[in-house]
Amino acid sequence: MRGGPDITRAAHGRKLPEPARLQTAPARDYVGGVDATLSRSPQPVRNLHRFANPGRFLRISGRLLPPLAVAAAILTAAGFAWGLFFAPADWQQGDSVRIMYVHVPAAWLASSGYVALAVCSVLSLVWRHPLADLAAVEIGPVGAGFAALCLATGSLWGKPTWGAWWVWDARLTSMLVLFFLYLGHVALVRAFDDPQRGYRAGAILALVGVVDLPIIKFSVDWWNTLHQPSTITLTGAPSMYVGMLWPLLICALGFTLGFAAIVTARLRAAVMERRIRALLMARARESG
Amino acid sequence: MDHLTYIMASYGLAVVIGGGFAVSAWARMRRARRRLAAIDPRGRT
Repeated sequence: MRGGPDITRAAHGRKLPEPARLQTAPARDYVGGVDATLSRSPQPVRNLHRFANPGRFLRISGRLLPPLAVAAAILTAAGFAWGLFFAPADWQQGDSVRIMYVHVPAAWLASSGYVALAVCSVLSLVWRHPLADLAAVEIGPVGAGFAALCLATGSLWGKPTWGAWWVWDARLTSMLVLFFLYLGHVALVRAFDDPQRGYRAGAILALVGVVDLPIIKFSVDWWNTLHQPSTITLTGAPSMYVGMLWPLLICALGFTLGFAAIVTARLRAAVMERRIRALLMARARESG
Repeated sequence: MDHLTYIMASYGLAVVIGGGFAVSAWARMRRARRRLAAIDPRGRT
């Protein structure tokens, strides 16, 4: 047969009965499975699939992970030390402004982690990307952790600055919604016996939740909030003293690399665990 | 340094949450690698 082996025939060439044909079909849950839609996809999508090959992912990520983790640890430690001991105190807030070097990168990572979750969801729903489901499952808990860190440090910053641990301010509330979206995703992808249904439900939830991201970003402009407006924007010059800006950027870079390293390590573990399951199932099938 | 308790609590939380995720991911990866090597010695990662 042209274009590859006929999977509906066993090795001896006889046509298999229907249940056996279903079992031999390349399941999407199996890491080595090939998606039949791949050959009809446009070139950029085919490239995306080429790099999503689990074996290739394990090889490349195995080389990238150690320098990524070391760079994240060095940058975060340097940023923390700079922010704690060398950056100046704020003339109004005093030393409590040093909480910014944890709070702001955590907030950025919680939001950009959700963007990554949404991108994985699109790749999963539209192109059935083999690693996108696993990546989304692994990003969820890490994003929830960073959102929790953002909320907790915001609370610790709010008490000495505003005199309250929590206010139902638009920025704080929308960030709390993001935290719940992460938790919902974490719960939903694990709530089904069939993992594929869980991945699909989680992807839909992640895409619906994207609406919260612009609300978080623009809440300080749209409503009269207690939370301060953005001091760093993509379009304008930062309205922050440069002695505070540098440690903040270093912490943000360290957090970003740390987030990437943690997700990569979890994804590597998930790929290996899936391969273990597939091998054990294949052995069980062989032994009858 | 004023508000030291709040500042230390924030940095401590960052270390605990970030470190916790990093250590658990590393341990999970190590466990999976060992199991995979035991099941399929050819598929070393």
